[in-house]
Amino acid sequence: MRNLWIFISKYNAFFLFIIFLTLSYVLLVKNNSYQRASVWNSSNQVIGLAYERVNQFTSYLVLGRANDSLAAENARLRNQLKSSFFDNKIKQKSVIDTVTQQQYTYIEARVVNNSIHQKNNYITINRGKKQGIQKGMGVICSSGIVGIILNVSENYSTIQSLLHSDTRISASVNGNIGSLVWGEGNYNPQLAILKDIPNHVILKKGERVVTSGFSLFPSGLEIGKVTHTDIISGDSFLNIQVSLATNFATLQYVYVVNNLLSNEQQLLEAQNKIE
Amino acid sequence: MGGIFLKNCIRFIILICLQVFLLKNIGYYNLTIPYLYILFILLLPFGIPNWLLFFFAFFTGLTVDVFYDTLGLHAAACTVLAFVRIIYISVTVQRDGFDNEPVPSLGIMGFRWFIFYATILTFFHHLVLFTFETFRLSEFNYTFMRVISSSIFTVFLILLAEFVFFRKKIR
Repeated sequence: MRNLWIFISKYNAFFLFIIFLTLSYVLLVKNNSYQRASVWNSSNQVIGLAYERVNQFTSYLVLGRANDSLAAENARLRNQLKSSFFDNKIKQKSVIDTVTQQQYTYIEARVVNNSIHQKNNYITINRGKKQGIQKGMGVICSSGIVGIILNVSENYSTIQSLLHSDTRISASVNGNIGSLVWGEGNYNPQLAILKDIPNHVILKKGERVVTSGFSLFPSGLEIGKVTHTDIISGDSFLNIQVSLATNFATLQYVYVVNNLLSNEQQLLEAQNKIE
Repeated sequence: MGGIFLKNCIRFIILICLQVFLLKNIGYYNLTIPYLYILFILLLPFGIPNWLLFFFAFFTGLTVDVFYDTLGLHAAACTVLAFVRIIYISVTVQRDGFDNEPVPSLGIMGFRWFIFYATILTFFHHLVLFTFETFRLSEFNYTFMRVISSSIFTVFLILLAEFVFFRKKIR
């Protein structure tokens, strides 16, 4: 013990140096956003891998429910197959389809990290730049919409979930277009608020809320159902509560929507700003 | 003893004011930025205990950080500066030979010793400062150029300050 003390006091300059340098390094990383970001970035790759490993095990626990939802989706898709429709047309003619052009393609992805209890929730999926995912794409799942791609790395992407106070999604109910928001006093992961629908519109309980097609999603995708409407006095817009069709708590597989024509649209719209 | 303390206090205030109000606005683009305030740490007396030296260096760095909005950056650089100062002094100065002279200034230690002292310490301070500011090694060439050119400017200012203010007082 005494020898240790002598050793420390003999080289006290070195030990003091280490102590003060560590202290200032901690201050530097904690208080400066740039340095903190570069430390976090290098550790994110490691954390993403760890989350995926843990998720491999936890995914077994919700396997039953995931199978149910996949089976339900299969059934629904089967309903839309051409072979499941009875052809009652009398006159038939074949049309070579040069008019329609594919606008949306879908990339399937698996959720490796998910949160629903934060004020701003994010989801991580195991698809990234290599699989063709870009920032700003929409994300849906078999039952509803999920969110918007926020950041993309080589093999992973993070989604700004619908359950995020900055997310605005253009939605339509009965042909009236409003914007869907979450947060602002409502932190229930199963409810969202639909805004900007004027007062004179009469809505019934259980009315379907779907995407409008103005934003990143194809039009007509189900978002949820109206559960409650009320009029705020002095406001000319309704306050509509929507119960979301997506169950964020058990989210397992999602689809990233790739709008093949979005570049063209954005270029055209950018010209409006220039003029 | 009180005289030394008071003199260092005044020197600290003047150098910090000079740094944050005047020298912060002087510089050749982003390439050459002078950091004259390290002269305070350079001129602390020989007899100062190590822990006090580290504390003063850390505190000086922190003060500058508060004005520059880079909490911890200058503190880290000044801590390295204090460590290099301890090593350099223990290597070059014989304990018994200079015991009665309290301050490592130009007037006492002579021009040759002082210019090496100032150059080496300034270089290490700037190296740590700019490397931590960039925080990656990929742009090392550019960072190193900044270190060299800023060091030259700072050493020039240190020598200027020594010649103008401190030499006369001692003689």
